[in-house]
Amino acid sequence: MTEIKRKLVVSASPHFRSKSTTTGIMLDVIIAMVPALIAACVLFGLRSLALTAVSVASCVIFEYLSRKILKRSNTVGDLSAVVTGMLLAFNLPSTMPYWMVIIGAFTAIVIVKQLFGGIGQNFVNPALIGRIVLMSSFTTQIGDFRAPFAYKNAVDAVTSATPLSQINAAAAASDTAGYLDSADIPSLVQMFLGERAGCMGEVCIAALLLGFLYLVIRRVISPVIPLVYAGTVAVIMFAAGGGSVSFVLYQLMAGGLVLGAVFMATDYTTSPVSVKGKIIYALGCGIITSLIRLFGSLPEGVSFSIIIMNILVPHIEHLAAPKPFGTPKRKKGAEK
Amino acid sequence: MKGVLKAVKKGRGGVDIAHNKNTAEMPVVRITPPPFVEIPMRQSIGAECEPTVKAGDRVKIGQLIGDSAAYVSAPVYASVSGTVTGIKDIELSTGVVSKTVIIESDGLMEEDSFQPPKVSDTKSFIAAIRASGLVGLGGAGFPAHVKLNLPQEAEIDTLIINAAECEPYITVDYRECLENSENIMRGVSAVKKYLNIDRVVIAVENNKPKAIEILSEIADKSGENVRVMQLKSRYPQGAEKMIILSATGRKIPPGKLPSDVGCVVMNVASIAFVGRHLATGKPLVSRSMTVDGSAVKNPMNVRVPVGTMMDYIIDFCGGFTCEPEKIVCGGPMMGTALIGINFPVLKGNNALLAFCEGDCAVKKETDCIRCGRCAASCPLSLVPTNVEKFLKAKDVKKLKHAGAAVCMECGSCAYSCPAGKPLVQYMRLAKAMIREGEAK
Repeated sequence: MTEIKRKLVVSASPHFRSKSTTTGIMLDVIIAMVPALIAACVLFGLRSLALTAVSVASCVIFEYLSRKILKRSNTVGDLSAVVTGMLLAFNLPSTMPYWMVIIGAFTAIVIVKQLFGGIGQNFVNPALIGRIVLMSSFTTQIGDFRAPFAYKNAVDAVTSATPLSQINAAAAASDTAGYLDSADIPSLVQMFLGERAGCMGEVCIAALLLGFLYLVIRRVISPVIPLVYAGTVAVIMFAAGGGSVSFVLYQLMAGGLVLGAVFMATDYTTSPVSVKGKIIYALGCGIITSLIRLFGSLPEGVSFSIIIMNILVPHIEHLAAPKPFGTPKRKKGAEK
Repeated sequence: MKGVLKAVKKGRGGVDIAHNKNTAEMPVVRITPPPFVEIPMRQSIGAECEPTVKAGDRVKIGQLIGDSAAYVSAPVYASVSGTVTGIKDIELSTGVVSKTVIIESDGLMEEDSFQPPKVSDTKSFIAAIRASGLVGLGGAGFPAHVKLNLPQEAEIDTLIINAAECEPYITVDYRECLENSENIMRGVSAVKKYLNIDRVVIAVENNKPKAIEILSEIADKSGENVRVMQLKSRYPQGAEKMIILSATGRKIPPGKLPSDVGCVVMNVASIAFVGRHLATGKPLVSRSMTVDGSAVKNPMNVRVPVGTMMDYIIDFCGGFTCEPEKIVCGGPMMGTALIGINFPVLKGNNALLAFCEGDCAVKKETDCIRCGRCAASCPLSLVPTNVEKFLKAKDVKKLKHAGAAVCMECGSCAYSCPAGKPLVQYMRLAKAMIREGEAK
C-alpha cells in the first residue's frame, strides 16, 4: 500500500507560483540601465563607471548596515539598493566628488528608504531625494557639467552649459525660432545620441529608449507612465513653443525627462497601482515639469515634479481605486 | 454577439499558466473495485446526512445509505456491494469530521435495480435531481437540486454549461465532452425544458478543439437554442463570474448569485450525470478524477466509486515516483493541500495531484514592492496588496470597501506575486474579519 513517510507540505492555494521574484525584477531594471551606463562611459569617460561603482557600493553598504542596526532581515539580495545606487549616479554629472555621492547614497538609503520601513515603504523616490539633497547642498558641483569627449583632451576641464539651460535662456529672451538654429545648441541627432553636456545617465536618449523597450517587453513596467508623462510635456511644449516641432523634440530629449519618465516615475513603490491612477500621476508629472521649465527659475523640473507627484500618490490611489467586480455604479458626483 | 465580444474584451486579468493537460488523450478507466470504501455522510456544503444503514447490513450499489431532512443536503448511496462493517467519525480531506459508513466490498459490484425517474414538470424534475444525490461535480460540491430550485421571481434566460476546465492538469471535464456528449445533450435538454430556459451556452476554452467540435455537432443536431462559446485559454476563464460575463456580458453584483443576473451555471460533468440519471435512474455513486503530478508514476483519468481511499487510487496509478512533498486534492490553483493520503474520495473531488520536492515550491515571503501584479491579474478588479494592508491594520471598514468579500480565491494574485505573498490566505482572513465585524 502506498504510504507517506515524510511530512507533507500543507499551504494555502495556489500551489503553483510564477517564477517572478523581486530580485529578478530588480535585475531586469539593472540590465535596462546598462546601455545608458555604457553611453556615459563613452561620452564622459571611465569616471562615470567609477562614480556609479561608488554610488552602488555605498547604497548596498548603507542598506546592509541600516538593516543590521535596525535589527531587520538582510535585504541586500533583492538588488533594490543596486538600482537606487545606479539611478543616483545617473542623476549626477560625471565630475561629482565621490564623497558627495556617498552623502547622496546615505540620504537615499538610510533616511528615505530604511527609516520608512525599507523596500515598498518609502513614499518618495530615494535616488531623487538623494539628488535633490546634493543639488541644494552642492550647487556648484552638481552643475559642473563637462562637454562630451572633453575627457579625451588633456586641457583642463571647463564647465559646459546644458542644452536645456541654453534653450530656456533663449526662450526667456522670447526668441522661439532663432535660437534653435544657433550653432551653440547640439543638433537633434546629437541630442538623441547623447553628444551634449548633462548628468551622466540622462544624455543618451537612444540608450534610455533601449532600456525602456527592454522593460516593457519583459513586462517589468507598463508603458503608461512614460508615455503619458512625455506626451503631456510634448503637448504643453507644442503650445508654448508656438507649434514648433523641433522645440518639442528638444524639450523631450533635454534634461532628465526620458531618464525620469522611464526609470524614476515608474518606480513601483512611489507610483499608483491602477491604470487610471497611473494616468493621473503621469499627467501631473508632465504638467509640473513643463511649468517648472517654462516659468520656474530652475532649468530642470523632472526631479521635483516626480517627487511632488510621489507625495500625492496615496490620494490618487484613493480617487482612482478600481471598483470591485459587479459593484453598481454610484450616482453622479461620487465617481471620479 | 456584440455583447459577447465586449464581454471577452472586458474580462481582463487572470494569468497564463502552463496547462499541463497530460492526461487529455487518456480515456477514463474504471478502477479495479476497492476492497472497502469509506463513504462520508458530509459530502458537500450543507447538512450532514444520517446513516440509514447499520453495521452488518448488506448493501448493493446505488442503495441509499444516508439522508437528511435538511433542504441543503443530498442523499448518499452505496458505491460498492458488500457489508457495512461500521459507522465511525473520521476527518475528511476538507478538514471537517464526518460520520462515515464503511462498506467492505464483496468484489461483485452488484447493482441495485433502478428505474428511470418519472419526470413531468419542474417539481418532479427537482425531486428527481435531489433523489439522484447530485452535488456540483466541478469541485464546489453544492447540492444540485438547491441550485436548480430557482426562486419564483427569478427570470432565468441562460443556462451555461461550464466545460472551460481552466485549472491546469485536470482533464475529466474534457473527457466527459468526448466520451459522454449524448448524456450532456440529454441533460441540457431536460434542464432547459423543466426550468423553462430560453438559451444554452456551452463554454469551452479554445485549447480544446476536439471538445468544441463534438459539442458543436451535437448542439446543431439537437435543433435547440444551444451554442458553443470558445473562451480564451487563460486562467480563470472558467470561474462562474467570468463565464457569465463572457456568455452574457453581465456582472454578478457583490453578494449576489448567478440567478440574480438571469443565469444558471452547471459543470459539464454534472449535466452529463443529469442526462445519464434521467435515462437510467442510477444515482451518483462514482465519479471521474484526474490523477497526475510529477510524483505519480502513471498519470491517468480514473472512474472511482465515491468513498474509495486515495492511497488505493495512487496504487492503481502505479504508486509514487518519489517521496511526494505535496499532495493536492483538486487543481493546483484552487485545490486543497492534504496532510496525508488516507482520505476517502468525495463526490466533488475532480483531481488528485502529487508533486515531488521542489515541483510546487512556495516562494519565500518578502516585502511587498507594490509592483501591482496582483491587481493587474485580479479578474475581479480587486487590489490584493491593499487588502493585505487593511487586514494587518484590522480595518474592517476599508476591507469592506476594498471588496475583499467579492474575492473568489482563484489564486491569480498569489501566483503572480514576486514577493511570494500568500494573498489568497490574506483574502480568506479578510473575509473572516468582515464576517466577524458584521456579527458584532
